[in-house]
Amino acid sequence: MEQLKFTYPAKRRVNKRAHVGVVGSGDLEVLLEPIAGDVAQVEIRTSVNGFSDAWKAVLDRFFNSYDGVVHIEINDAGGTPGSVQLRLEQAVEASEQ
Amino acid sequence: MNDRQLNENFINRQSFIELDARGRATALLDAGTQRELVGPFDRVESPWLAIQGVTPQADDGCVVMKGKIGGQAAVAIALEGAFQGGSMGEVSGEKMTAALDLALTDNERGIPTSAVILLETGGVRLQEANLGLAAIAELMASILALRKHSPVICLTAGTVGCFGGMALAAGLASYVVMTREARLGMNGPEVIEQENGVEEFDSSDRALIWGIHGGEQRYATGFADALVEDNTLRVAEAIRKFVLQGVPAVHRSSEVTLYSNRIESLDTSRQWDPKEFRSLWLKADAKEKTA
Repeated sequence: MEQLKFTYPAKRRVNKRAHVGVVGSGDLEVLLEPIAGDVAQVEIRTSVNGFSDAWKAVLDRFFNSYDGVVHIEINDAGGTPGSVQLRLEQAVEASEQ
Repeated sequence: MNDRQLNENFINRQSFIELDARGRATALLDAGTQRELVGPFDRVESPWLAIQGVTPQADDGCVVMKGKIGGQAAVAIALEGAFQGGSMGEVSGEKMTAALDLALTDNERGIPTSAVILLETGGVRLQEANLGLAAIAELMASILALRKHSPVICLTAGTVGCFGGMALAAGLASYVVMTREARLGMNGPEVIEQENGVEEFDSSDRALIWGIHGGEQRYATGFADALVEDNTLRVAEAIRKFVLQGVPAVHRSSEVTLYSNRIESLDTSRQWDPKEFRSLWLKADAKEKTA
């Protein structure tokens, strides 16, 4: 298991927290919570070691269009970059409903 | 019903099996009454998995939801089969037991509260060894205490099924509800094959597996009280029916003489096939009734 941390500049207040997904094979859970400050924090625990570049690429792309000031916790059991992207979008959608 | 209608009913149904643990618990409780206890944001996760290099889940794969079923107080406890095979760890076990004990307290205070336990589990979580075993023992004690007051209903919908020590817990339930997709048994097919060889049990033979552990067979031989289709409305209906039915006059697990007699009357010198076994089991029943 590997632990990774990232931060991104952010400015928009988010009102609601959201939880989506399951730590099942090829899947992941995302816990998204509003925080104070001006950065978004991402903390990842993944069962697959050695993919920090791929995580950075997925998150860079995600934070190109997302500016919520949130703390995101990801517990991952080998999700592909595509499923990570989908789970993140699903969490955002749930937090803005 | 013609084929077209059958297909449409199948396509338009809301599958229960496709729901995750949280979705399942929500679906069984009356709309608007659901309140999750010790949810993922409380972050009560297993302290043992990360140190063994396994990614934990924020709710430890156990969802506890309080609410009402058919207007009566109830708690739904759902294991997430996709997380570590729905296995019982220290935390998930404690969540289940604590929820049942709180339901017991409510019953003792005059608020009838039943429990529905959704089992998708391989049993003890091996990474947590004795703590998982202890958790199952505690869970069984709590089921026995609660079932005197209000029904404890075990639902195994699939597709993981319910195996290991958790199958024993299911055996203590007031009622067991299954789908045709679900399986229930102490030792799973692969465990039997590993321990006794492929002659004893071929774990690649799916027809054999469902012929022994499957919901249809379990229902036909009286180990399950209802067989429901994989449809959220039908599953919720079956659960509601048993909640309102109340505590059964005799629990299956109290019928010790009945079951030991049945087992004794089986001729184990030959291999029975699942269909033969059904009629034999029922005949054993008839013999007891006339005796």
